[in-house]
Amino acid sequence: MIHVIAGLTTPFRYQFFNNGIIVATIAGALCGLLGVFVVLRGMSYIGHGLSHAVFGGAAASAVMNVNYFVGAGVWGIASGVIIGRIARRRLIGADAAIGVVTTASFALGLALLNRYGQAKKSIEAVLFGSVLGVKTIDIVAVSAVAILSVVIIVALYRAFLFATFDPEVAQVSGVRVAWIEALLMGLLSLTILVTMRVIGTLLISALLVIPASIARMLTNSFARMLWISPIIGGVSAFVGMYLSYFLDTSASATIILTGTLMFIVVYAVTGIRGRTRISGLHHI
Amino acid sequence: MIGEVLVECAHMSCAYNSTLAIKSIDLTIRKGDFVGIVGPSGSGKTTLLKAILGSITPVEGHITKKPHLRMGYVPQVETVDWNFPVTVLEVVVMTRSSVGRLPRVTKDERADALLVLERLGLGGLENRHIRELSGGQQQRVFVARALFHRPELLVLDEPTSGVDVRTRHEVLHLLADLHDEGVSIILSTHDLNGLAAHLPRLVCLNLEIIADGSPVDVMTPEILERTFGAPMEVLVHGGMPVVVDGVGADIAERMSRLA
Repeated sequence: MIHVIAGLTTPFRYQFFNNGIIVATIAGALCGLLGVFVVLRGMSYIGHGLSHAVFGGAAASAVMNVNYFVGAGVWGIASGVIIGRIARRRLIGADAAIGVVTTASFALGLALLNRYGQAKKSIEAVLFGSVLGVKTIDIVAVSAVAILSVVIIVALYRAFLFATFDPEVAQVSGVRVAWIEALLMGLLSLTILVTMRVIGTLLISALLVIPASIARMLTNSFARMLWISPIIGGVSAFVGMYLSYFLDTSASATIILTGTLMFIVVYAVTGIRGRTRISGLHHI
Repeated sequence: MIGEVLVECAHMSCAYNSTLAIKSIDLTIRKGDFVGIVGPSGSGKTTLLKAILGSITPVEGHITKKPHLRMGYVPQVETVDWNFPVTVLEVVVMTRSSVGRLPRVTKDERADALLVLERLGLGGLENRHIRELSGGQQQRVFVARALFHRPELLVLDEPTSGVDVRTRHEVLHLLADLHDEGVSIILSTHDLNGLAAHLPRLVCLNLEIIADGSPVDVMTPEILERTFGAPMEVLVHGGMPVVVDGVGADIAERMSRLA
């Protein structure tokens, strides 16, 4: 029995694992929180594109020897605001515009790393995430963004709700919708920035979409979604990270697969009611 | 007695990019008015309402509003995402975004919201999801949201679009009651017989204002043809104009030949 318990607690003996699981759990909860807006606003493609855009910034900052958080942060927030504006103003087909902007940024990042970086290792770490590289600064960064997101969303709860549900009437009623949208895109960019090193560019959009979709199947209340989704995100990240140690699989892939399993279970258990609720979500 | 001016448009034109949506509009809305804007699709009805609401800025002329005018806006129900996870109560209180910001609905807000819901016949439905309501109830929830901050002017975009006859009657009675209670109303509609003919004042719009007056004065074949670009006949039934599609007889004859 003692051996079993000792075996189960083995991963926690390693500092890198403890750092990784802390960042992953907070990242899961944070993505779950912002994922509510991503899912309800039909922005999952934007989340996917944004993570690719941030990759360009990460590569550029590595090549130019600029701090990752500064370089990728500025790049990511700028991309987020541009994407938000394109999507809102419908200047050209939003999907096409986002595809061009973000994949161009992604391609630029790849080219820069090929030409000047320690290409293979850096690219794999950014694309698929890595728990080995997680440092204390990552824990501080993801915690700071999580606290900032919670404070902003709670403090401006109704403006966020109104601007998400009915942006036109919200604007008329005095809500600064463009400002709220820019704020949301900024938070989303920051979230991707601080979680990308663990989850990776390619899988982060799944962490934005899966917990919120599960929460939507479980409740008809926006307020409840805002706490159910982060719990699901945090739990799936914790469990996925923990299992990845024993299964010897990629942490980010195991986290997403854990979330997917939860999705399938909830989808089956909630039946028609759950399916009806998520059938109205856009771009899932 | 002539009411206080709430909104005044003077030679107002609005455009999307460089395309004019409404041109040289002169319109005055006074306290106590109950005005219907009628016109075909694309005639500028919604643009005019948006200019009044302040979400579009005129490219020519100007619009002046009574200082601190409180307006409530009811959008077309067809634009609402009925799957969105909100309850009736959450919809009603969300207009107080700039006052009550936190998720918690205060006791006072709840009491105010329940009062408005009760008044609109929605008592006991505050915790229901918006999708679970009937068509008439759904429309009234959005009227309740607009009424929640006690507007002086209620603005409704196509309030009877896509609703059945019973719901249309409910909406009409509700608006008449609100008007009796002192709320000024402006709405857009292309429903001539079901809604427009019952209103005290109609503005016929097709890029420009074609006519402005009572239904009896403006619902004439000439004005309606200029407004809608199609021939229409007008009958009078019980003192009220009833519009008949001008091509109806021709179509009926062709159909009878097919029978």
